[in-house]
Amino acid sequence: MASNYEYEEASATYDDAHRQDLGYDPNFVPDSVKSFVVHLYRHIREKNVYEIHQMYEFSFQTLSDRLFKEAPWPSVDAVAHYVDNDQVFCLLYREMWFRHLYARLSPTLKQRIDSWDNYCSLFQVVLHRAVNMQLPNQWLWDMVDEFVYQFQSFCQYRAKMKNKTEQEIALLRQYDQAWNVYGVLNYLQAFVEKSNIIQILEQEKEGLEQFTANDGYDYSGGSNVLKVLGYFSMVGLLRVHCLLGDYQTGLKCLLPIDISQQGVYTSVIGSHITTIYHYGFANLMLRRYVEAIREFNKMLLYIYKTKQYHQKSPQYEQILKKNEQMYALLAICLSLCPQVKLVEDTVNSQLREKYGEKMARMQRYDDEAFGLYDELFSYACPKFITPSAPSFEEPLVNYNQDAYRLQLKLFLYEVKQQQLLSGVRTFLKVYSTISLGKLANYMEVDEPTLRTILLTYKHKTHAVDSDGKIISNADVDFYIDDDMIHVVECKPVKRYSDYFLRQIVKLEGVINDMDRIKLD
Amino acid sequence: MRRERETPKQQQQQVSYTVEHLVAVNPYNPDILPDLENYVNEQVSSQTYSLDANLCLLRLYQFEPERMSNQIVARILVKALMAMPAPDFSLCLFLIPERVQMEEQFKTLIVLSHYLETGRFRQFWDEAAKSRHIVEAVPGFEQAIQSYAIHVLSLTYEKIQRPVLAEAINIEGLSLDKFLEYQAANSGWILEKGHGRGQLIVLPQNEFNHPELKKSDADSVPLEHITRIFPILG
Repeated sequence: MASNYEYEEASATYDDAHRQDLGYDPNFVPDSVKSFVVHLYRHIREKNVYEIHQMYEFSFQTLSDRLFKEAPWPSVDAVAHYVDNDQVFCLLYREMWFRHLYARLSPTLKQRIDSWDNYCSLFQVVLHRAVNMQLPNQWLWDMVDEFVYQFQSFCQYRAKMKNKTEQEIALLRQYDQAWNVYGVLNYLQAFVEKSNIIQILEQEKEGLEQFTANDGYDYSGGSNVLKVLGYFSMVGLLRVHCLLGDYQTGLKCLLPIDISQQGVYTSVIGSHITTIYHYGFANLMLRRYVEAIREFNKMLLYIYKTKQYHQKSPQYEQILKKNEQMYALLAICLSLCPQVKLVEDTVNSQLREKYGEKMARMQRYDDEAFGLYDELFSYACPKFITPSAPSFEEPLVNYNQDAYRLQLKLFLYEVKQQQLLSGVRTFLKVYSTISLGKLANYMEVDEPTLRTILLTYKHKTHAVDSDGKIISNADVDFYIDDDMIHVVECKPVKRYSDYFLRQIVKLEGVINDMDRIKLD
Repeated sequence: MRRERETPKQQQQQVSYTVEHLVAVNPYNPDILPDLENYVNEQVSSQTYSLDANLCLLRLYQFEPERMSNQIVARILVKALMAMPAPDFSLCLFLIPERVQMEEQFKTLIVLSHYLETGRFRQFWDEAAKSRHIVEAVPGFEQAIQSYAIHVLSLTYEKIQRPVLAEAINIEGLSLDKFLEYQAANSGWILEKGHGRGQLIVLPQNEFNHPELKKSDADSVPLEHITRIFPILG
C-alpha cells in the first residue's frame, strides 16, 4: 500500500519538475540512457566492478552534462523495463537520480521526502536481505556521503520556517519521520553493527581477515556492499556528530579506523578528505591543536601533490573547496598554537600566501583579530544543524543559524580565554630565565594577574587525551621555581623509524613483484 | 545465572555496568532517556562520573528539547566542571541550546568555568561561595576543584610559595598545615623554609615542571610499527 502511494506521489513530483522545465519529459528515455542502464545493469549482474566504476564515475557524468544539465534524469518507471524491473537496480537508479537532482536543481520538499523513502528502501534491502552485488568503493562512499548531505540539507531547509507555504507545513507535519535524526543515526549505526566491520578491522590486525589489504573488496566473489557501507558509515557518523556539535562522540565513532595509516578511507579521495577535515575540526574544538595541525598538514600535502589527477572528477570542485577550508582551519590552529615546525614547507608556503597577512593580525588579539577568527571559522566550519523538529506554532521563526551561532560563540569564547597567551609566548621566546616581577612589568600587569596568565598558558597548552594522558601542545614551555620563570624550548621529535619501516615494506613489495616476473 | 551478593557496593557496580552497557548498545534510542537521567542523579550521590552517558543524555535532549530537564543539565555541568582539566564542560555546552545557557544558574556555571579555564582561582572560590546552592548539591565538588588546581599548579611550579598555593586551593591556616602534612606523607610534597618570606612547597616532580624528566621517545619505535615488517623478517 505504502509503495503504491509512493509511486503515485512520485509521478506528481515529476510533473512539478516538468513545469519547471518545459523541455523535460520524465518518460522520455533517450537511446544513450537506455544503453547506459542496460549496460550498467549487466555489469552489476556480472559483478564487473571495473566497468561499473567506469560507467558510474564517467558515463553518468558525461550523460548528465550532455542531456541533463538542467533537468532530472528520466523517471525510474520509464527505465525499469529495460532492467527486468529489478528492484535493487531501480533503488540504485533512483538514488543516483536524486543525487543528480540535488546537485543540479533545487529539490522540492516532496522530492526530499521521496529521496528519504528511497534511502530507507535501499538500506532495508542491504541490511535485511543478503545482496550479492559488488559495487565500487567510490559509489558506496557517495551513498553514505550523500545520505548525510541530504540530511544536513533537510535540516537547514526545515529550519527556515518563515517562508514556508501552508502546503509545505502540512507535508512537514505529515512526514515527520522523514530525515528524522534518530532514523539517520540508526541507519548508519545499523550498517556499522550489521557489517561487523569493527570486528573485521580488529581481526585484520591479527592477520585473521583481509579487508584493508584488499581495499575492502572481496576477491572470492562475496559482496562488499554491507561491509564497505559499514566502514564508511563510521566516517558518516563522525560527520553527523560534528554537525551536531558532539565532537567527542564523533571521534569515538571513528576510533576503529586507524588514521595514522592508509586504509579503505584513503581509497576514495572524498572519503579521505571528509575523514580528515572532520577529524581535524573535532580536535580543534577539543583544543588538541597539535593533532589537528598534523592531520591537516598531511592531508593538504596530499591534495597538493595529487590534485592534478582529480581535475576531471566530478568531485574536483568539492576537493578544492575543502582544501581551502582546511587551510583556514590550519591558520586558526597555528594562530592558537604556533607549531609551524609541524607543517611541511609546501603547505606552509601555500598557507602564508593565503593567510600570512591575516595570521599576523590574528596574533594581536584586538577586535580586528577576533573578527578574523570569526571570519575564518565561519568560512571553514561544517554546516551545523539543529536536529529537532520545528515548532509549528505561530509566529514561525527561522532557526537555521542557531546551531552555527552557538558553535561560533563558544569557539570565540575559547579564543578570548587565550588572548593573553601570545604575549607571554613572545617574551618566553627571548628569555631563558626571567623573574615574575620583571615579566609582569613588561606585560604591564600585576604579579597575581601574571600568575593567572601563566596558569592559563599551562592549562591551555596541555590537553588531556581520551585516556586521561596529558599531551603538551606547547611550542615554548616553562616552569616556575619560587618566583623565577625557567624557559624550556620544545624541540619536536622527528620520527625516522616509521619512514624506514615503510620503505622496508615498499622495497619488499618491489622485490616480490620482480620475483614474479618470468623471463623467457 | 549466578546470584549477586547484595552488598551495596556491588549493587552499584552492577547498575553502572548496566547503564554504560545501555548507552553502548543504544546510543541513539530515546527510550533510555529516563535511565540516563536517573544515572546522572546516581553519579551525583555515589560520586562517580560517566561523560559518555551524560553526553548521550544531552544528545537526546538536543533531539527532543521538550524533554529537557534543566535541573539534570545543571548537575551534568557541575560534574563536568569537576572533571577539569578535561574539556568536558565545553563538550557539554556545545550540545546545550543557547537560550538554555542564558538562564541564571547556567550563566553562573559558565562564569565558574571561565575562572577555572583562566587560572583565576581567587575569583572562582569567591563566586562559588555565592552560589552554594548550585555546587553544594553535588558532593565532592570542592575536592575535585582542588585537585584540578593542584594539577595545573604542578604543571607550572617546581616550587611554590605557600600563600599562592593557599589561594588556589582555598585552604588556609591550620587546615592548610594539615593538608600539607598529608600531601608530604602521601604524595611526595616537600615543605621548605623559604629565605625569610615564609614557606616554600616543592610540588611532586613531573616532566612539565622538571623538563629533564621528559622521556625522549625519539628513539623508541611502537610495537605496531614493527609488526608490519614481521612477515619480511620471518
